[in-house]
Amino acid sequence: MSTTLKFTALLLALSLCRGLRHDYIDNYIDNYIDEVTEEEAELVAQPSKYGSLWPLPQKVQLSEVSFKLTSSSFRIVDAKDSTAGPSCSLLQDHNNNILPSFNNPDVAHAMFVSTDELSVNQPYAVLKAPKVWGALHGLETFSQLVYEDEYGAKSINSTTISDFPRFAHRGILLDSSRHFLPIKVILANLETMAMNKINVFHWHIVDDQSFPYLSRTFPQLSQQGAYHPYTHVYTPADVKMVIEFARLRGIRVIPEFDTPGHTQSWGKGQPDLLTPCYSGSKPSGTFGPVNPILNTTYDFMSQFFKEISAVFPDAYVHLGGDEVDFTCWKSNPDIQKFMDQQGFGQDYSKLESFYIQKLLDIVTTTEKGYTIWQEVFDNGVKLKPDTLIHVWKGNQQQYQNEMANVTSSGYRTLLSTPWYLNRISYGQDWQGHYKADPQDFKGTEAQKKLVIGGEACLWGEYVDATNLTPRLWPRASAVAERLWSAKDVTDINDAFSRLSVHRCRMVDRGIPAEPLFSSYCPHEYKGI
Amino acid sequence: MSTTLKFTALLLALSLCRGLRHDYIDNYIDNYIDEVTEEEAELVAQPSKYGSLWPLPQKVQLSEVSFKLTSSSFRIVDAKDSTAGPSCSLLQDAYRRYYEYMFGIAKRQQLNKGRRTGPSELTELQVWITSPDSECDSYPSLTSDESYELSVNQPYAVLKAPKVWGALHGLETFSQLVYEDEYGAKSINSTTISDFPRFAHRGILLDSSRHFLPIKVILANLETMAMNKINVFHWHIVDDQSFPYLSRTFPQLSQQGAYHPYTHVYTPADVKMVIEFARLRGIRVIPEFDTPGHTQSWGKGQPDLLTPCYSGSKPSGTFGPVNPILNTTYDFMSQFFKEISAVFPDAYVHLGGDEVDFTCWKSNPDIQKFMDQQGFGQDYSKLESFYIQKLLDIVTTTEKGYTIWQEVFDNGVKLKPDTVVHVWIGGGSNEEMGKVTAAGYTTILSAPWYLDYISYAQDWQKYYKVEPLNFNGTEAQKKLVIGGEACLWGEYVDATNLTPRLWPRASAVAERLWSAKDVTDINDAFSRLSVHRCRMVDRGIPAEPLFSSYCPHEYKGI
Repeated sequence: MSTTLKFTALLLALSLCRGLRHDYIDNYIDNYIDEVTEEEAELVAQPSKYGSLWPLPQKVQLSEVSFKLTSSSFRIVDAKDSTAGPSCSLLQDHNNNILPSFNNPDVAHAMFVSTDELSVNQPYAVLKAPKVWGALHGLETFSQLVYEDEYGAKSINSTTISDFPRFAHRGILLDSSRHFLPIKVILANLETMAMNKINVFHWHIVDDQSFPYLSRTFPQLSQQGAYHPYTHVYTPADVKMVIEFARLRGIRVIPEFDTPGHTQSWGKGQPDLLTPCYSGSKPSGTFGPVNPILNTTYDFMSQFFKEISAVFPDAYVHLGGDEVDFTCWKSNPDIQKFMDQQGFGQDYSKLESFYIQKLLDIVTTTEKGYTIWQEVFDNGVKLKPDTLIHVWKGNQQQYQNEMANVTSSGYRTLLSTPWYLNRISYGQDWQGHYKADPQDFKGTEAQKKLVIGGEACLWGEYVDATNLTPRLWPRASAVAERLWSAKDVTDINDAFSRLSVHRCRMVDRGIPAEPLFSSYCPHEYKGI
Repeated sequence: MSTTLKFTALLLALSLCRGLRHDYIDNYIDNYIDEVTEEEAELVAQPSKYGSLWPLPQKVQLSEVSFKLTSSSFRIVDAKDSTAGPSCSLLQDAYRRYYEYMFGIAKRQQLNKGRRTGPSELTELQVWITSPDSECDSYPSLTSDESYELSVNQPYAVLKAPKVWGALHGLETFSQLVYEDEYGAKSINSTTISDFPRFAHRGILLDSSRHFLPIKVILANLETMAMNKINVFHWHIVDDQSFPYLSRTFPQLSQQGAYHPYTHVYTPADVKMVIEFARLRGIRVIPEFDTPGHTQSWGKGQPDLLTPCYSGSKPSGTFGPVNPILNTTYDFMSQFFKEISAVFPDAYVHLGGDEVDFTCWKSNPDIQKFMDQQGFGQDYSKLESFYIQKLLDIVTTTEKGYTIWQEVFDNGVKLKPDTVVHVWIGGGSNEEMGKVTAAGYTTILSAPWYLDYISYAQDWQKYYKVEPLNFNGTEAQKKLVIGGEACLWGEYVDATNLTPRLWPRASAVAERLWSAKDVTDINDAFSRLSVHRCRMVDRGIPAEPLFSSYCPHEYKGI
């Protein structure tokens, strides 16, 4: 436990939580209605009967009976029969984050966290969860129930909630290769993911543009391939910190090391890894995808993924496999010779499959499961039954067909196509993200069950520390509710109302979540 | 002067300046080229021969000869014959600001006067205001002389400007010439620059009504405007959604009409601070109080100001534009704009006049009766013109000039010859510019520069490629185009996302309005703007990236 405790102390210093204020649960919406002129309001904003709950829990019973909470006497404690006690720093850490929120002295109540049910009633509120992960979600929900009455007193209504996620995999992809993302930015967004019950951080950590991952086995990769070998890298300690910070919030960290394409930055620190492109009969000096015909390539991948499987504790690693450009392979005479030997003819997707197949075998020996982008499935590569296929291409009809194909082949799948948040446009695009449903495709019930969730992707070409957070939130919150709440939670007006207040709550907690429309928060963002 | 000095102390505490670092002038671009794959690169990024100068000065002569600068001995001083001396706090404040940009706050130390100067060291920038009236204690105006000449050579660099306004721009330019050599030493090349703006009016519109903008956000963006030689802050301060301006004469307007009467208002002290902060950076503050439309928030604190709408024969309880048929309306406007003309020192006020919805006027029987009496028939644009005409007469008595949105001109309202017509309607804006100038009015262009409209990828290129004089007209007509404004309307921006959404996209507009007409090389612009963006980040401004890239020092916030 000592390692974990050390982390806790460190991480708390980094945490961005601030006091919670909920006086706007009514005020905000009331004022909103007043201020928006008819011609501009696209949505009718009325206070939701569910207040600011986001994502909406599966079952909520609210009552008019309200209780007061005071910072001086309110306590979050382990229930007597809880199987997690004071030694569970994950829970204690969360309690610390919530407690400083309450500032007014008055009546006493306590909340018991026991080992997803939440019951708020006198004399105690009780949060029951089989595991700590449910308790974390329940604590967030409890905090979302707290509001300020008209005198500013912290209040909570008698409430019974029973909750669980619709989909097990609710992720966000951040890209630290197109732009390096300082650790502070990653942690702030993990913090915000927890506020939205997002449970997967898909870390697209390297790509063509840069290789910021500092590998112990191959330090030259970042030494040569990062934007800068010291200021723009993630050290082993950084990575460990991200993983532990995420774990304390119930978030899995799934790293993506995409090959054989998207690997320009790998080539700088690992000679001969990439395919030399030819111009006529001579090497042109440029390089293409990973060279699939050399044994050294597979030796490298074995060692590299052995390290990755040890550094990242999650059972899955994302192996990419998307967008392989065949131009360079076609230009290279050695590759051509190999194609002939293997009897691939001119079908370079067979060469790609050859590579991927060998890679998957390598990763299988590390006892990790893998996720791959849809092309690998499309190209007919042999996959383990527990492989996750990540759908990202096409228009609505195309991705729905793909979901049907993937699941009819018996594979589990994740959807991202409708949730490419790097694509921006004028207006309230969160509504489009909100309306997409991952199970809307033609298929049997058994097929639908193979959809384990989805991910909002924020690719990095146009975002860095200056604009990432407001571009992600609250747009990713729309995806978070779609993946957590029941399928029939589709009332866009009710969502607008709850999300508006949820947005201000994120702002209040120090997160620059951007506005949905003309409006105000009781406490505006304090930064610039 | 004491008032100004007091401001200076306060404002510096709020200022966001950080140290400048220029080691990336070469490194950044080199790395950029390496990292971008061919398929993704839309532009070829090669270091510009003009380094990171933005906006590009009118005339630049660069040489290979370089000098070193050290924080311990480099000084910015008033030239012996300058007409602005140590008593000009505007300049002294600017010296400090640019010293800090160049060397960093942390590195500031006692000046080492005894130290021997190295052979290739530049130790002094002399700032020489040449005109008898430096305008140090004035406000900048449409006719301010913003020109300057900069000569970087041993033993001294000399910045000559007729007025302080040119000196401010020259200081920014000087700071943009400083870079770090491969050993990290601050360096500057021997350079001669002669510079002046192509257009006199280079503005940015921020909207504090759809979302309240904390003072800190406004000041940070004024700071950034100065880095881009933007000289007008068009403050769209109130609108339908809220009335955050705290009027001394009519405090009920914000008491009732702001999002919150205390936390979401601009007090007289706030407004004064914004104006002085802007003045110290050569920026005019032009407030907009848009009537008769866009006034829902006014009605809350000023009963009977707005037109009651009718549903059938009864008032519906909702309100329309300002009620143009009551004498009380004009009494109110007289008092209100008397206050505005006193609070805002600029010679211009923006009176709006756009997007008047006639539905409510049509529903109101009193309005209909008035229309009959006046012989307006069913032409409600005549009623609108009637109102605007009276409003313009009122504002004329305050001795302010006015700017109005193009509809007022389109509707044929009689305008003073010095009226500025603001063209904003997309599609046909070239024809509109032709019409407005053919009628002899000065004009500013915003139609192609609505930065609130966002889209995927590098939309700055679209803003950059706009040519404001690209309309059919005589040379005399072209001269009536005094500039333009980038508009960031507030529906979707507040303190959380305004600054990165504005910069560096507004920088593209800034160069179009400052630099010579033939400065159109988009590759060269990409190169300079990439480094300029990192310089803004280094100075603490979250200016967003143009494309995949990095800055030597990434933004420190979240």
